[in-house]
Parts: sequence; structure tokens; C-alpha cells
Amino acid sequence: MSMRKVAIAVCVLACAIAGAARAESPRLGKPISQSDFAEWDINILPDGTNLPPGSGKAADGAKLFADKCALCHGDKGQGGIAVRLIGGPAKASLNGGKTIANYWPYATTVFDYIRRAMPFPQPRSLSDQEVYSLVAFILAENKLIGEDDEINATTLPKVRMPNRDNFVVQFPDRM
Amino acid sequence: MGKLKLGKSSPDKSGENCGCIPEVAGNGLLHRRALLGRGIMVAGAMGAGAAGSLTDAAAEPLTEAPWSIEPGDATPPYGRPSPFEKAVVRTVDNPKNEPGGSRARTPHHLLKGTITPNGLHFTIMHAGIPDIDPAQHKLLIHGMVKQPLVFDLDALSRYRMVTRVGFLECGGNSAPLFSNEPIQADVQALHGLASCAEWSGVPLATLLDEAGVDPRAKWIIAEGADAPHLSRSVPLAKVMDDAIVALYQNGERIQPGQGYPMRLYLPGYEGNMNVKFLRRIQVTDQPGMTYFESKIYTDPLPNGKDTQFYFVQEVKSYITSPSPGLALREPGLYEISGVAYSGNGRIEKVLVSADGGNSWGEAALDEPRLPKAFTRFSMAWRWDGGPAVLQSRAWDEGGNVQPTREQFVAKRGQTSKPPSVLGFPGHHFNAITSWEVSPKGEVRHVYA
Repeated sequence: MSMRKVAIAVCVLACAIAGAARAESPRLGKPISQSDFAEWDINILPDGTNLPPGSGKAADGAKLFADKCALCHGDKGQGGIAVRLIGGPAKASLNGGKTIANYWPYATTVFDYIRRAMPFPQPRSLSDQEVYSLVAFILAENKLIGEDDEINATTLPKVRMPNRDNFVVQFPDRM
Repeated sequence: MGKLKLGKSSPDKSGENCGCIPEVAGNGLLHRRALLGRGIMVAGAMGAGAAGSLTDAAAEPLTEAPWSIEPGDATPPYGRPSPFEKAVVRTVDNPKNEPGGSRARTPHHLLKGTITPNGLHFTIMHAGIPDIDPAQHKLLIHGMVKQPLVFDLDALSRYRMVTRVGFLECGGNSAPLFSNEPIQADVQALHGLASCAEWSGVPLATLLDEAGVDPRAKWIIAEGADAPHLSRSVPLAKVMDDAIVALYQNGERIQPGQGYPMRLYLPGYEGNMNVKFLRRIQVTDQPGMTYFESKIYTDPLPNGKDTQFYFVQEVKSYITSPSPGLALREPGLYEISGVAYSGNGRIEKVLVSADGGNSWGEAALDEPRLPKAFTRFSMAWRWDGGPAVLQSRAWDEGGNVQPTREQFVAKRGQTSKPPSVLGFPGHHFNAITSWEVSPKGEVRHVYA
């Protein structure tokens, strides 16, 4: 192909891409720095990305659980007006029984969800330390970690959840 | 469920000799011609003789009514339905806002057309409806982007908006049909967590382009500003294709129950992913495995595995009239009407049966047939006063066909005892619904 033909081909390609590009944007988004949205930056990824500093153990979590969780989830986490958090059937079915121990694929989700949504009447009121302690308590009571194991940014993503490899992704070709 | 037979019509019911509308399938399903123009009136008149006299009495004499002889009421700033329509409301399962979720279901059996009025659009809240000041609401885009950006409502209002009609359906809609025995409830209770509206807003791709997406990114995690800070992961490919930051619904600002002042709208994807009160989009290379995608919108399968990332609301239809609670008063000509939709695109075809699936006739589809939106179907039916089982079955433009309940249960399972009608034993139920009409004209939910 001659240089001229190459140049034309490149131009045609470029024009085609430009034509397919989205409409002109007014570009009104305001830049913001990481430190200015730190309070909102609460997503925890399953590989542990974004877990905050701090740590917790089940013994501390037990006290917090009695104070802040037991009213709805039951004094032993067996469930009440809110769902069961501790124990339950070995396997879930369409009759119910999905639990943290028999179903949830990642332990990081426990931290993420408690911190963003619990306690129900006062979400975002727990310190990161308190969340780690509650996570340690719930995981230990479910025999997913030892009673004295420390839960922190390094150990939490390593907790092996029994049902992790049991999921079938429904629409892989569309993802 | 019988073998599929299209266009079955016995010689004596062909209509060719009597000049009436021919049957296209068993138990009185009539050719679409019966629905066109004056055809239905002719058919009605002809049908009266064959199926018993509808009414022999003459009409009452006409006189001036009280509302015709004096001026009426003032015009309100915001119009409301007639007080006589007070029964046309959503059913609300947590009216006192007790701790936990609340669900409001669309009264399909009392509506026609394809657009759900805003006040009747279904909604699910997980911790009440927040009272958001739109002037203070912000949308943050961050993560795997060149420059994190914040948008407010004023800024978004200056972007080019797109408008599309689309359905929204909770992943748990129709969950009572996972029951091993048919639960006696109406179409609102069984299928009321689906609605259809015209959504207007800014393509999320425009805002992501402005922030500059890292080519290694594959997902976004969307988050709401309500108390649960509800979060869901969405494949980036879907977002760049047709996701909208919706600001308007049916021409007016979206209502608080729909995520005021802005929500994510993902055409054809399960309702929960269409995050309301949208305040944050994090671009990532992996899904967040959030609570709702880890535990809630996943289901145990009969083979012992569990579903995950079951995003698309697959092809589905149900008859809204006749349906439970809408009894037939007398034999004669009726219009069978319902809605069909698919998260994969347009509805291509809907078949209707009046004999429990032994024979099928093709329903008329109202235009326009829009992709990922409700399509209204209808079929003329001459009820002879005998037993009947009404069913509808839809095909989408991708060639996907709505499964029979038997096919669905083989793949997805059912409960071993009936759950609460308000429960969610499973998700993404899209199989055929069957309504049995008794000789008295009463309609009940059956498995057929």
C-alpha cells in the first residue's frame, strides 16, 4: 500500500471513529480530590481493596453485637425482626436458609454492608474498628475463623467462604 | 401443557358459512380481525345468538344528571384521578414504615396501554424514602478514571438528554410462582413489581467519557444516597451501551419513591441495579460483590449450584384481563389483554391459549413495539360459559421464548411448600401464567 493510500485509510478510520463518538459535552463536572470524597469512598472490593486501617476481635464484637445488633437479629444472631446472622441450615434452598456461612461468597461483603447500612436506624455511625470487631464476631460464631483470630485489611479477604466456588454466572457472554 | 398447535379451527367453527369471525384456536379464540374496527361489534352481535342472549332489555330513558345542570369544581394545579377511581392504587406491604423494606405493587388489572402512571409505578425501598434536597444532591464519579468529577443537578440539566420508554422489573417479581402450589392472588400481587415508563436523562457514558475511563476498567459500582447506601455492580459494557442517569419519568421529575432527584436506569436489567438517589459511580476492574448481588438476587438451583449476576429480565408476558378479581358476568365476546416484555429487545410475537395450552392463536400487538418496553397484546375471545384456562406466551426478537412453567421448574426449581405471597423464594421467574375461568365466570390462578 502506498503512503498516500495509507494516509487515506487512516483518515477514513479516524473520521469513522469521530463520527461514532458521542455528542459534544458541556463538560460541567467539577474536579475533586481523593481526600475530599474520603467520607463517601466506602466500597470494599472482594480482593480487600479499600479496607481501612484498624482491626477487631470476636470478644469486642460480642459486646457491640449485644448493644447494637441483638434487638433485631436476636441475642444469639439467630434472627428476629431482621435476618439470621449466625448458624442456620447447611445449605440454602428455594425454601430459604441463605446464610453468611452457607451462601455469601466473600467475607469482605460483611464489612462493606455493616459499614454502609447498619445499624438499621443509624447507618454510618460505627467506627471502622467497631465494624472489624463485629465482622470478627460474626465470622467466629459461624466457625469461619477462630475465636481469637484478628480481622484486619490483610486477614479479611483471606477468609475462605465455603460457598464461593458454587456460583454460576448467568450471562457471561453479555458481560 | 399440551403440544403447541397453531391456528387450530374445526370446520364447523371456521365462520366461513355464517359470516362471523373464525376461530383461530380452541375454546373460542377468534381471529385478530375481530379486534379491528367494527369487526368486534359485528362479532358481538353475531355472538349473542350463538352464546346466549347478552341483554334483551331496552336501555333506561336518558335524563339530565345532577352534574350536568350546574358548574363543576375548580381546576387543581396538579390533576388527580377521579375520586371514583380510588381503588386504582398500589398495594403497599409496609404502610407504617416499620424497620425493614417496603414494596408497592402496580395494579395491572386496572390499567391499559403500556405506560404506568407515575403514582402507580411499582417501588421497593429498603429503609424508607429519603427526603433529598435536590440543590444539595451530588453525583461523584471516581475510581479508574483520569479525573474524579462531581456533578450537581444544575450541571446535569445542561447536558443533552435522551428519552426512551422502558420497563422496570424487580428481579423478584412473580416470585410467588416459585410456589409448588398455585397461590391464589391477583395479577397485582403476583406480577405487580413491574412497570413501564418514559425515562429521560443524561447517558452515563457521556459523564464517564468526561472523567476519562481507564481502558482496563470492566465494572462500575453504583451507590445511592439513601440510608442503606444501596450499591450494585454493573458491567461497564452495559453502562456504555445504554445506561441513563434518569432525571425525568413520564415527563416530570422522577418521584421520591423512584429515586429523586436522579436514578440509574439500565434498560432491561433487574430493578435493584437501577440504583435510586444515585450519588456515586466508582469505576473498577472487578465487581464489588455487594450484599444485594451476593445474597439477595441470587438463587439456589436444583442441581445444587447457585445463580450469580442474573442481570437480564428475560422474555415474559401475562394476561391482565380477564384475571383474578375480574369475573366474567355472562358468556359472550371478551377481549383478552395483557403485557409482554423482554430485557433482550422487542417483543416479536405473543400467542394466547384458552384451553390450557392445547391450542394457540396469535395475539394482536399494539404499536409501537419498543425494545425493552411493555408491549400490549390482545385477542378476541368468545366465552361459551364452559371451563377455560387462559395463557399467554411471548417471543422476543432475539428468538427467546417464554418457558412453560414445567420447563422453568425443571431448570430453576420450586418450593416444597407454599411460601407467603409477599415472600421472595426465588428471582427472575418468567414462565407462563395460567388463569382458570370457572363456568360461573370466576378467575383463579392455576398451574396448567
